[in-house]
Amino acid sequence: MCENCQKSDLSKLTPILEEFSGDKYALISILQKAQEIYGYLPTDVIYEIAEKTSVSPAKVMGVATFYTQFRLQPIGKNLIMLCKGTACHVNGADSIERALIEELGIEDGGTTEDGLFSLKTVACLGCCSLSPVMMINEDTYGSLTPEKAKEIVRNIRLESK
Amino acid sequence: MKIIIGEGSCGIAAGARKVREALLNQRAQSEQKLVIGKTGCIGMCFLEPIVDLYTDEGQLLSRLVRVKESDAKRIYSAALDGDLSEVKDLVISKDDASFLEKQTRIALRHCGLIDPEDISAYIASDGYKALEKTIKSMTPEDVIETIKISGLAGRGGAGFPTWFKWNAARKAIGEVKYLICNADEGDPGAFMDRAVIESDPHALIEGMLIAAYAIGASKAFVYVRAEYPLAIVRLEKALAEARAKNLLGENILGSNFSCDIKIKAGAGAFVCGEETALIESLEGSRGMPRLKPPFPAEKGFTNAPSNINNVETFANVAWIILNGGEAFAAMGTETSKGTKVFALTGKVKRGGLVEIPMGLTLRDVIFDIGGGIRDGGTFKAVQMGGPSGGCIPEHLLDTQIDYKALASTGAIMGSGGMVVMDEKTCMVKMARFFLDFTAKESCGKCVPCRIGTKRMHELLVNITEGRGRPGDIELLLELSNGVKAGALCGLGQTAPNPVLTTVRYFKDEYEAHINKTCPAHECEALKKFSIDAQKCKGCTMCARQCPVSAIKGEVRAAHVIDQDKCIKCGACLALCKFGAVVSM
Ligand SMILES: Cc1cc2nc3c(=O)[nH]c(=O)nc-3n(C[C@H](O)[C@H](O)[C@H](O)COP(=O)(O)O)c2cc1C
Ligand code: FES
Repeated sequence: MCENCQKSDLSKLTPILEEFSGDKYALISILQKAQEIYGYLPTDVIYEIAEKTSVSPAKVMGVATFYTQFRLQPIGKNLIMLCKGTACHVNGADSIERALIEELGIEDGGTTEDGLFSLKTVACLGCCSLSPVMMINEDTYGSLTPEKAKEIVRNIRLESK
Repeated sequence: MKIIIGEGSCGIAAGARKVREALLNQRAQSEQKLVIGKTGCIGMCFLEPIVDLYTDEGQLLSRLVRVKESDAKRIYSAALDGDLSEVKDLVISKDDASFLEKQTRIALRHCGLIDPEDISAYIASDGYKALEKTIKSMTPEDVIETIKISGLAGRGGAGFPTWFKWNAARKAIGEVKYLICNADEGDPGAFMDRAVIESDPHALIEGMLIAAYAIGASKAFVYVRAEYPLAIVRLEKALAEARAKNLLGENILGSNFSCDIKIKAGAGAFVCGEETALIESLEGSRGMPRLKPPFPAEKGFTNAPSNINNVETFANVAWIILNGGEAFAAMGTETSKGTKVFALTGKVKRGGLVEIPMGLTLRDVIFDIGGGIRDGGTFKAVQMGGPSGGCIPEHLLDTQIDYKALASTGAIMGSGGMVVMDEKTCMVKMARFFLDFTAKESCGKCVPCRIGTKRMHELLVNITEGRGRPGDIELLLELSNGVKAGALCGLGQTAPNPVLTTVRYFKDEYEAHINKTCPAHECEALKKFSIDAQKCKGCTMCARQCPVSAIKGEVRAAHVIDQDKCIKCGACLALCKFGAVVSM
């Protein structure tokens, strides 16, 4: 275990590890549930999962870094997933991305200083007929224009003040 | 009268849940309580949110489109009074209604018609009859024979005959056999599988159970991509309902056939759509493809015989069992039988889900059903098959939808993504887009794919950013052939296709880029800014703000941009109050 990494409340992992105990193929499901709890995958959580599932930390880390769903850093309160799939690309996703970068002052993968927003581009949200599309937390916003995208972000910022 | 709201992901994204709330509000205020129900994706995504008015007997009276929350009051009262004149302006136009009328729906037979969260709605429309027929009156060999007669081929992309895989898995030796449904749907621009699961989850379950019976599998998985939360919720509910009715689990319908289905959520990796990578992922590992053979039919999940099919493939199965293989084979062409679902998107007027018999032409789908190009644009190309596919140009629009015919264009049938592009889409940038995608999604196991796609992407970045050199096209082709020949799995073997097809049909665009112009005016770095002398007032604003002093001119006289100095930042364009700066 590393010495100076963060101290997460590992007791929250117990029910998950119990649910999947004996299922040696459940690593991805365990990581998904752990991320639901902590919002991301802290290092000590990764070590704990490795130890309790008898999988090497290297393998757990390997899986956690292979799949785009997993995060090793905490994210902002609102996760913006901007689609850059084919349909959205054809319908101007690049200009939406520029607008969001301008409005938020962060690049793809970044989090704003106030911790309100994280921006992540994804490959397709399956709502291609409404392209360009973005998802903020659970809500999907379609038929975006650069202005509309900025306004949506501004409204969320106002609401959380 | 009953009010039914279309609540697939697209409907919800367009505001269907808000419309529902507003309608529920109306009902709360009203003496008479009408039924307010829901259905899945009707497939007319361009008209969402959609509200259907049905008679109590279940006959569709009227379809209202692009409904807003503020329409709830008049919709509720129209439904109460049975007087549709109050909502006349919302009724779907004849032209738009033809979008559905020209389709033949088998895989989508219940989509948009039944409540996906209510098993009794599925049962009432002949649901689980095929399963009953299978278990009670057919041997596994009968099932495989029926599928063979139907000519059903895998809808996940490769189009491999379904019966053949089932037969191989049936014949394989193993105590436990697995059935796996591939619902990873990684092709960006495709959403057929999502729509089927969200709108008709029992059709998938029934198809899977029949397949499990045929191959002798007692355990099954559905591998759903993580980006589809609603599909997972609906499928979970459907599985629970089926289990409660003994349609799933131990001794199904009192027989000695047992099979249970579990959901596994993917974690975001395109390569996991490839069947052996999917198996690795199911086993909790990094999704890196295995060398084939052995094929999954011999050694799949946990090295046991396994059979993998796509969602749409399964969604056809119950229909085929009920209607006979011949009925399915009667549709289509010599080499491609039945129907295929497409996700029609991009610059098309009417985008959505289209299911048509094989053998129609691309023109039929894009122009007849899709209504052609929107905003007065002209058709340039259609992209089929996603990152593994290619772009088909205008002169090939009369190509039939048929595995062989499409493959001869250099594209593929693919899983059903059909992204339409107009003259404003730059084809080189399109190729760059796909190579960016495959380079990022390459799992890194084999060198030709890991490095080859990266190098190809670099070349395409250079070309689109004005650093293209003579010989780049030839180099791209050479790399393409190398990656195709050397890659381990389908991802790398097909990754060059977007480049190969665009070079084949749009070589002039590549050449133009190398000569520093983008014919579609899409590539930022190749844009040219100039000042319209008629409109320029000589206010000097642009000249003062230009970061590289590329603009010269006297006060109150027209200004000029020095093209050699210009860095194309666009500052002048944004600044000019007189609209004198133009970008080309
Ligand atoms: C890179 C790659 C991605 C794939 N993605 C998918 C996918 O998202 N969905 C799918 O059904 N098949 C996908 N396939 C095809 C599968 O490997 C497999 O052939 C298919 O699931 C078999 O089902 P079918 O015979 O019913 O088509 C992909 C193949 C490759 C090479
Ligand atoms: S391409 Fe953006 S939602 Fe599908």
